[in-house]
Amino acid sequence: MCAKKVDAIVIGAGWAGSILAKELTEAGLSVVMLERGDERATAVEGDYPTSIDELRGAIRHRLFQNLSQSTVTIRNMPDQEALPYRRLAAFLPGEGVGGAGLHWSGVHFRVAPDDLALRTNVVARYGKNFIPEGMNLQDYGVTYEELEPFFDKAEKVFGTSGEPYTIKGKIAGNGNRFAPDRSDAFPLPAMGEVYSASLFRSAAANVGYHPYALPAANASAQYTNPYGVQMGPCNFCGYCSGYDCYMYSKASPNVNILPALRQDPKFTLITKAHVLKVNLDADKKKATGVSYLDLRTKKQVELDADLVIISAFQFHNVHLMLLSGIGQPYDPQQNTGTVGRNFVYQTITTSRAWLSPKQYTNLFVGAGGAGVAIDDFNSMNFDHGPLGFVGGSPVWVNQAGVKPIAAAIGGPGGKAPTWGEGYKDAMVDTYRHSLTIDAHGSNMAYRDVYLDLDPTYSNAYGQPLLRMTFNWKDNDIRMNQYVVGKIEPIIKAMGATRYSLGMLKDGEVFDTRRYQTTHLGGGAIMGTDPKTSCVNRYLQSWDVSNVFVIGASAFPQGMGYNPTGMVAALAYWAAYHIRTTYLKNPGPMVQA
Amino acid sequence: MKIPSSTRRNFTAGLLGSASFWMYGGHKVWADALQSESTQSYKPKYFNHEEWLFLNAACARIFPADAHGPDAALLGAPEFIDRQMDTPYGHGELWYMSGPFKEGAPNLGYQLSLPPRDLYRQAIAAANAYVRDHHQGQTFSQLAIPEQIALLKVFEQGKMALGAVPAHTFFEQLRQNTLEGVFSDPLYGGNKGLAGWTLLGFPGARADFMDWVNQKGAPYPFGPVSISGETA
Ligand SMILES: Cc1cc2nc3c(=O)[nH]c(=O)nc-3n(C[C@H](O)[C@H](O)[C@H](O)COP(=O)(O)OP(=O)(O)OC[C@H]3O[C@@H](n4cnc5c(N)ncnc54)[C@H](O)[C@@H]3O)c2cc1C
Ligand code: SF4
Repeated sequence: MCAKKVDAIVIGAGWAGSILAKELTEAGLSVVMLERGDERATAVEGDYPTSIDELRGAIRHRLFQNLSQSTVTIRNMPDQEALPYRRLAAFLPGEGVGGAGLHWSGVHFRVAPDDLALRTNVVARYGKNFIPEGMNLQDYGVTYEELEPFFDKAEKVFGTSGEPYTIKGKIAGNGNRFAPDRSDAFPLPAMGEVYSASLFRSAAANVGYHPYALPAANASAQYTNPYGVQMGPCNFCGYCSGYDCYMYSKASPNVNILPALRQDPKFTLITKAHVLKVNLDADKKKATGVSYLDLRTKKQVELDADLVIISAFQFHNVHLMLLSGIGQPYDPQQNTGTVGRNFVYQTITTSRAWLSPKQYTNLFVGAGGAGVAIDDFNSMNFDHGPLGFVGGSPVWVNQAGVKPIAAAIGGPGGKAPTWGEGYKDAMVDTYRHSLTIDAHGSNMAYRDVYLDLDPTYSNAYGQPLLRMTFNWKDNDIRMNQYVVGKIEPIIKAMGATRYSLGMLKDGEVFDTRRYQTTHLGGGAIMGTDPKTSCVNRYLQSWDVSNVFVIGASAFPQGMGYNPTGMVAALAYWAAYHIRTTYLKNPGPMVQA
Repeated sequence: MKIPSSTRRNFTAGLLGSASFWMYGGHKVWADALQSESTQSYKPKYFNHEEWLFLNAACARIFPADAHGPDAALLGAPEFIDRQMDTPYGHGELWYMSGPFKEGAPNLGYQLSLPPRDLYRQAIAAANAYVRDHHQGQTFSQLAIPEQIALLKVFEQGKMALGAVPAHTFFEQLRQNTLEGVFSDPLYGGNKGLAGWTLLGFPGARADFMDWVNQKGAPYPFGPVSISGETA
């Protein structure tokens, strides 16, 4: 790499970055993608059997961010002192080519259309006073109809397996009847169902709910995507969530996009390149390029570009904006500024049902995206009027492959001991004969939940860490409790011998020690008003028009679904408008 | 047939992932060789004698012998932990370890400046000092089993500190590492004879259930296999 200036710089080699880099090189731009981590190739380190190793994988975090270089600080309340997230637990950001898109699970949703205009819908149905004090409920500023072609495109690139409900307005399958209409079928038929999921399907139907196969970016059959790259059929190996896929069946940037992108001479990928900041011109209206640290030579490098794409994962996006001075940092006291505003997460709690000793659930069999779900209590699919909360949760059996170290450390559940006498008996029963059901729900945005720079702690490069101020709120706790209550009849209909319901407790504080999800959102949200959003509906910075910020950072609130399908659709949507509008006439695509 | 263990390890490592591995991997030679290695006593590289005795006793109490099979000490958990102490994990290189180190609410997670190897060293010394004071100069491993269990429960409940380490933090470290030792691939020194996996019915590194996606409630019929090809 000798050029000091390129057309476009893409920060981060995950899903969002790889999609943008592909689209921009297709548009004829020279693109440099900068990734702070290592190169990652399935054939080298994701191979069989060496990658089939729970200790090195999910337990010692082979593919995750190494926190020794950089982390975040966390506190629950604005008046508390934030402390560093020293050990990975609650969420597991990625590092290295593919990002978290290499070690994700593959549940691949579109969006519940009501969620895109949640404020408008809630106000229309229940009135303005329904929104609790301090909740920053907002619309995305884009409709499902506008995004549909990009959801379709992303599914075709990912090789997604699923069953439709309607295609072009006609019933086309036994899929999710709450799902929005589709322009085309899923590229692959739905994944097979493990025993636990099939039990859930019949029990949920018996109770009167509407079960459907989870859409999965795990290939149910051999597949070649529009970029010409191939996927093999998933064999339910169970080393899915937290791992690379030795079968080339789980969609990842590494398998589904980069093999095609790497062929393009206009594309350059530089690994071990940690971007320190986006450089701006004197009046902070234009980015001139980025400064990055070459982690091999320990030298700082300046690279200029006409266009900068920040696609470093949700909270890294916000961190880079704050470090670069793009836009105005959010101030919760004055309620001004937007960078860091509407930081959201996802509620998730797990319930367990124990079956008879004759029924083996073979928990180790599974694929990250496969399972059976119901949407009866997601989004606005049910009447919130008498309930008095905003939001909802899909409910599902998503048996991604339970491995023994995690199971053993988690313990047998219920009231059973977590060590010593009685532990083994209970553990054997739980591991062989139980199944779990998740309520995987929304999380609303609040005025005092946000991201900013930490005043005390810094990363290995001397920059302030990002600070998360996050806590669970009454609205979301009550939502979770309500939905979990709906799981009980399903468990009973399954004929469980006993069960435990997992739910958020009244007043529960966010616990950083327990894995929840890596579905963090917001902080650089999209919208139609520059006073309350960071980027416009094309994910273009309101303040610096040659910077686009792509990722779940754009979500105004946390939705019940997993985020990546929406992230990929927004990436293709933004790329389309960059290609068709922005490049012809660079500048703000929406007037502030 | 007996192969010196270092040669054998290199040989195994060389074969991993190669076609010839599959020709030899499942061979009884390997099972026998690994078996004989597991019965030789392991010499700890990090822990001193007193620490080693503590660890063996504590592992066995956390994951005891019963009708289901041997305890964690026999399954190699202490060896596993000793070997982990000299990995990036043991040295704390996977964690953010920059100061200032402050105490905080438990839900904000680990805030000590100690990597695992230092945490063990401090806490075991403090635990044994505590035992000496309260049990006529004995150390933890010399106590009767019910007394060891009672003491671990005190640590678990965390109403005391072991040096700079809250007893609960130490207990949880010990519990997690013991279970890691029992249930990780035998490559790391524990799970001898794949006994941890056999207990749970976990098939190890098989990782191919194409024909077993839904058994309609029947158990999966095959026993475990390890990364090196050991079976049970
Ligand atoms: C265990 C697990 C399971 C998951 N399962 C699902 C699921 O089933 N369904 C779903 O929808 N989502 C799932 N997710 C979430 C999913 O992984 C993310 O939504 C997705 O990867 C986000 O894509 P991204 O491009 O925004 O970020 P990433 O894919 O994480 O890519 C960001 C990249 O940017 C790099 N980077 C960051 N900072 C810098 C810097 N300063 N300089 C250079 N490079 C930088 C990072 O190293 C990383 O490689 C899961 C996540 C995890 C951890
Ligand atoms: S479960 Fe399927 S998609 Fe997941 S890692 Fe295994 S083979 Fe790949």
